[in-house]
Amino acid sequence: MTVQALISIPVTLPLLAAGLKLAIGGRQRRLQALISVVTLTTVLAVSLVLLVAADTGGPLVANAGGWAAPVGITLVADRLSSLMLVVSSAVTLCVMVYSLAQAYADQEYIAPLAIFHPAYLVTVAGVSDAFLSGDLFNLFVAFEMLLSGSYVLLTFGGTESRIRAGATYVVIGLASSLLFLVGIAVSYGATGTVSMAQLAERFQVLPGYLKLLVELTLLLVFVVKAAIFPMSAWLPDSYPTAPAPATALFAGLLTKVGIYSIIRLEALLFPGGPVSVLLMWAALLTMLVGVFGAVAQTDIKRMLSFTLVSHIGYMVFGVGLSTAAGMAGAVFYVVHHITVQTGLFLVTGLIERRTGTTSLDRLGGLMRVAPVIAVLFFVPAMNLAGIPPMSGFLGKLTLVQAGVAVGGPLPLTLVAGGLVTSLLTLYAVATTWSKAFWRAPPPELAAPAGTVLESEESPVTRVRREEPSVTRAHGTEGITGREIVTSVTMPLPMLGSATALVALGLSYTVLAGPLSALTRRTADELLAREPYISAVLGSPR
Amino acid sequence: MTISLVPFVASGVLVAAGVTLLLERSLVRLLVGVILLGNGVNLLIVMAGGPAGEPPILGVSARDRMADPLPQAMVLTSLVITLGVTAFLLAVVHRSWQLTGGDEVQDDTEDRRVRLRATRGELAGSVLARREVYRRLVREQRAELARLEEARRERERRDAEEASKESRRESAGRMRAEFARREREQAAREREIRRRLRERRRQARAEMRAAIREDRERQARAQNPELEGDD
Repeated sequence: MTVQALISIPVTLPLLAAGLKLAIGGRQRRLQALISVVTLTTVLAVSLVLLVAADTGGPLVANAGGWAAPVGITLVADRLSSLMLVVSSAVTLCVMVYSLAQAYADQEYIAPLAIFHPAYLVTVAGVSDAFLSGDLFNLFVAFEMLLSGSYVLLTFGGTESRIRAGATYVVIGLASSLLFLVGIAVSYGATGTVSMAQLAERFQVLPGYLKLLVELTLLLVFVVKAAIFPMSAWLPDSYPTAPAPATALFAGLLTKVGIYSIIRLEALLFPGGPVSVLLMWAALLTMLVGVFGAVAQTDIKRMLSFTLVSHIGYMVFGVGLSTAAGMAGAVFYVVHHITVQTGLFLVTGLIERRTGTTSLDRLGGLMRVAPVIAVLFFVPAMNLAGIPPMSGFLGKLTLVQAGVAVGGPLPLTLVAGGLVTSLLTLYAVATTWSKAFWRAPPPELAAPAGTVLESEESPVTRVRREEPSVTRAHGTEGITGREIVTSVTMPLPMLGSATALVALGLSYTVLAGPLSALTRRTADELLAREPYISAVLGSPR
Repeated sequence: MTISLVPFVASGVLVAAGVTLLLERSLVRLLVGVILLGNGVNLLIVMAGGPAGEPPILGVSARDRMADPLPQAMVLTSLVITLGVTAFLLAVVHRSWQLTGGDEVQDDTEDRRVRLRATRGELAGSVLARREVYRRLVREQRAELARLEEARRERERRDAEEASKESRRESAGRMRAEFARREREQAAREREIRRRLRERRRQARAEMRAAIREDRERQARAQNPELEGDD
């Protein structure tokens, strides 16, 4: 009972903190920072407790307001939900520390604390709610929460490029949300319930065409959210324009929420069916199209956005196999990818902070100029490409083994596609490495510390800055055309949080045994379906 | 479950109009499209709750005539959410108008880059094609000149033969004068041809240089890293 009372905390606590921070406003910096860090640390601790409890005692269920399962809002923490929650809260904590340190170092308090952090916390609450929600409509609300937070984060500062990317992003988010509502309306009209456990039972007796219609509608929504190939074009356009911590958060979590929903949809609501073939094709195309895009980029952030799209294909591949091994591989890969991709984006933020740009045409010689950043970039980059014995290799190996075990032309094609993607990812990160970290350093890197470089300053967009000693200079720009603060010294918390994420990515190698056993148990629980349904509906049958 | 036709058709019309407007490039139309689409979808959710009925309060209405309250709760939530996000989108549209003075959706940077690369390729192709045309022209004119030269030599040879055959002394002077006149005419014609040819070649070279210069300027503009320039 006591553990079940904890389930709602990952959702409610960040929301409360966001409200509190909005009320406090831009004053009370220390209190503000304390609230953020304490909130996210508590969420991490609660998630760990939930994971242990769900792993030992089966799915935990909490009913909001005391309404029983099929009617009220249900929060369910099974192995998958709580594992996702643990990884996401660890990552959000690191990113929060990073952004706090950045704000302190840049003497920028008003806007970040008053707008950025509440939006960030709302996004975190939305992500947690999406992982925990036990009914379809609450999942929609969770999506809206995390999306509206991300709209604010993406358009933060309101510069021209962010507004341009933000308009597209908001419209895409709105359109997919409305499609989600259509899916909910159709499934409610057909079954009379939105509780996932009850839907899982009632979808089985629906006529085939109706079942397929509902499944495809919902799948399309999640495919858009997860940026899977035919619907992936919005991602590399919008993500790189956001501030570095926001991009890291989006890259780590938002697409993975889509993947999580697809896993739930395929495992719980519509087990087995013709759609898995469709998913495997989508996975193949996502991997290849994404990685070809990555190879062609000349900007680190854009390159990473394309690899993000590409590696989502691996997870979809695991889901599409719909075997226990494939599911376990997909879950392992999600855990690995959240950590590594977020870490890479944070390190890219460090590079941008050091040099004022992320364009490979202007970078060079970072190996000599900033060796710590070089190491911090190299490790997760190799991890992403799948060099043994890192977790990227283990995840890909699990998926390849699962694909070979299933056999047949399509899974084997996917295995080959996965290997090609891995190789091309290695090519993309190696090119980035040799261009940005080797070569002779360009003269701009010798610029004095604390120079504010900017490319676009219209009279309307003026960031308030209290530090008079900071000088302004024109000349260098990122792809976003915004104000970039450069400095030679990195604040220790920024380096520390990036290092923590990189180390977390490495620790999956050390913990590979227990972790893959856990993902295997997660997959078994997912495919069995029975524990989830009986835990929610309360009637073992 | 039976549903009444009127809300169903209304929902369909709203969604269709919304999707049509969503495909527009103007952000304001897009916003209106989103609003219409949202209303259409919300109507669909209300319809998913089944036919209209009495208030779902125990003791007031009979159990079998109650309306389903759940879709109404859901539609309230989704209305509020759609309203909030639409308001945010309106703010984005306004900000976009503030910054750019228009409300068109702008191309993303990748699109612009690809398009620039394509126009650059086209320009380079057209320059190459024009250079090829001039080269052919010069070649043809050279060949023409060589042919004329050949014809003149042939005529000279024939004239010389004729002159040797016709050994009349009185005609020799006349013939020689005639020959000299012809030769002068021929030389003048040839000079004229050479002059015209030179002029044409010079003109062609100047044209080609101008084309290349213009193309270089466009390339330089295309390679502008800002990509801000409206080409």
